[in-house]
Amino acid sequence: MSEMLDLLESSDEQDLRSGVREMLAAECPWQTVLSFVSDGGEAYDAKLWRTVATGMGLAGLLVPEAQGGAGAQWRAAAVVVEELGRAVAPVPFVSSAVVATTALGSSDEPSLLGRLASGELTAALAVPYGLWSAPTLLSVVDGAVTGTVRGVADALGAGLLLVPADDGLYAVDGAAVRRTRVLSLDETRPLADLEFRAAPARLVGSLSAVPCALRAAAAMTAAEQVGVASWCLDETVGYLKERYQFGRPVGSFQALKHRLADLWVELTQARAVVAYAIADLAAGGSDGRVAASLAKIVGSEVAVRAAEECVQMHGGIGFTWEHPAHLYLKRAKATAVAYGSPDRHRARLATLVDLPLEES
Amino acid sequence: MAEITEADLRARISAFLADHDPAGIDDDGRLAFLRARFDAGLAWVHFPVGLGGLAAGRSLQPVADDAFAEAGAPDNRPTRIGIGLGMAAPTILVHGTDAQRSRFLRPLWTGEEVWCQLFSEPGAGSDLAGLATRARRDGDGWVLDGQKVWTSMAHVARWAILLARTDPDVPKHAGLTFFVLDMTAPGVEVRPLRQLTGEAEFNEVYLTGVRVPDEHRLGDVGAGWKVAQTTLMNERVSIGGGALPREGGMIGVLAKAWRDQPAVRTPGMHDTIMRLWVRAEAARLTGLRVRQQLAAGAPGPDGSAVKLSFATLNQQISAAELDLRGDEGLRRDSWAMSRPEEVDFTGRDAGYRYLRAKGNSIEGGTSEVLRNIIAERVLGLPAEPRVDTRVAWKDLPR
Repeated sequence: MSEMLDLLESSDEQDLRSGVREMLAAECPWQTVLSFVSDGGEAYDAKLWRTVATGMGLAGLLVPEAQGGAGAQWRAAAVVVEELGRAVAPVPFVSSAVVATTALGSSDEPSLLGRLASGELTAALAVPYGLWSAPTLLSVVDGAVTGTVRGVADALGAGLLLVPADDGLYAVDGAAVRRTRVLSLDETRPLADLEFRAAPARLVGSLSAVPCALRAAAAMTAAEQVGVASWCLDETVGYLKERYQFGRPVGSFQALKHRLADLWVELTQARAVVAYAIADLAAGGSDGRVAASLAKIVGSEVAVRAAEECVQMHGGIGFTWEHPAHLYLKRAKATAVAYGSPDRHRARLATLVDLPLEES
Repeated sequence: MAEITEADLRARISAFLADHDPAGIDDDGRLAFLRARFDAGLAWVHFPVGLGGLAAGRSLQPVADDAFAEAGAPDNRPTRIGIGLGMAAPTILVHGTDAQRSRFLRPLWTGEEVWCQLFSEPGAGSDLAGLATRARRDGDGWVLDGQKVWTSMAHVARWAILLARTDPDVPKHAGLTFFVLDMTAPGVEVRPLRQLTGEAEFNEVYLTGVRVPDEHRLGDVGAGWKVAQTTLMNERVSIGGGALPREGGMIGVLAKAWRDQPAVRTPGMHDTIMRLWVRAEAARLTGLRVRQQLAAGAPGPDGSAVKLSFATLNQQISAAELDLRGDEGLRRDSWAMSRPEEVDFTGRDAGYRYLRAKGNSIEGGTSEVLRNIIAERVLGLPAEPRVDTRVAWKDLPR
């Protein structure tokens, strides 16, 4: 265990947070996300992605400096992910700049990483969004991959799909794959079913970095969930101060205040747990598996609870399509399932911390 | 004076230990050692020079404590004088006069003088500001009459910090004054208060015509509520617990019980235990982060989260442990009315742990009051409409 990890945000990280939040307030207000969802059809918000990836140069935070990236800036990446979650921004940052980039960690093709860093290329790891254990490996025959993968996040618009196969990680051009959009609970992060029919594939590295990518996926999703939860709490507190019933602000009723106080406590804990998981990743620490599972459990629970309370405490308006609460509810619940639900991670933790149900 | 660095501090401690060999110290030597450590500014290093400190950063305190512990030096038995260290000292430091600080802080820190806290009353629990113990002017001093309750260590304490009503004709918060009380003064009567665990950690304290000199008033007349805030904020930080390793505290007891007894395991209990393990670890990491915030000199509101979740978790974990142990968990070691001077929430038997944990959500601010504090001071939600803040205290219904 790495007890000495710094769990506080540096001033650079605080500056980054305000910069990203300011940009998102201008470029990605919730009305934009609501239109994105209402219109349907788009794989992601391409204009916003250009601003995030190219304009602010954030797509390469985890790419090594030699390939044009910033070099394993886990803490900065987590700040960006949290802010994007706070805005339910429809961009493939987690799937491309975190998961796919990390999976390519041992890639023999450094130029790929360079293109990911610049944001000109996005990639997706071809695994189900809810994957929490080792992926099913596809088979490659004579440089062509065949098989199906269901429910892959951000695969629809990805220029490149990274396919875990028998003898390594393969890259397949996005256009060479039959991609069917899934009507999904959370349309701010579209899912697609992938069908590879002897799609040309080239070996780009080993599978050794895939477990690390999935661990990073869990920890970063938790960071995103902290963003989701913090928006829900702030929004609800703001609304309860303004909404009057029975001649007083609804927020003055203890029945609501106590629930929000408990939610704040839970969010405070989630911040600490996520900070620990990210700090462990940044330090290349020894507690990564426990830290990531812990973060995914706590993050999922607080995001779902915050979003559910947000809907409930807004009353009727919170149940409408025109109010943004449902965007957060859907993102919260979908991310709770992503990369392993809390229940699956508790089962994993039981083994990791030697609290087994059965004697082994 | 330049800021003390860790290297400076270590050098001072080495020099001190060279002059004061802690090896083979007896009881008299122990006290002399502690007094010398205080005078060298190595007691609480963030306190001012001359009051046991070096005006150093708060984050250096563990450096000093660890260095003395490694050298095998005697300590001041901090668990026995927790109220003095955690509540009286910070209050005296912030609100005391120079004379009060130099009189009280040294024997407080060395443990020569034990302190207790006389705040709660039978009629003033969560509504502390409504308390009724009266302090009346009498010549150059004060006379106290009233009853206090839930006072740990009152039966061994030399001094108390006390909140009393000096003006019943103004609204309740404005009529309070903070005093230091000599527990050996005539008219102070201490009676044990037996709690539901069977023992008596706490006392009732009856005050009948007790004289207090005006120089034992802490802060201005009528400023007692403000002074008490310093005490209460420090209490909540200290009840939240110290730095523990993973599975330190109550969850470690439950985890061990699970590992030791494969025969009593069920899937339902397994789920309960994993949920509690996760929440306990989350609370532990939150505590770690709060300490880092404190050390960085930026104390945030997260400390109130620590106390609240500590109480809930202790109760849930100790309840689960009783379920897990079944018949064996029902066997108690004693119902005798002992008078413990140190309390270990994770000590004794499963029944004790379950019962004692019930106090965690009441002592040091009930969980309900803490939720109000979080909702109003952290989240900025409006207060409930109040009927008691603009009326003279004497006119409130009770």
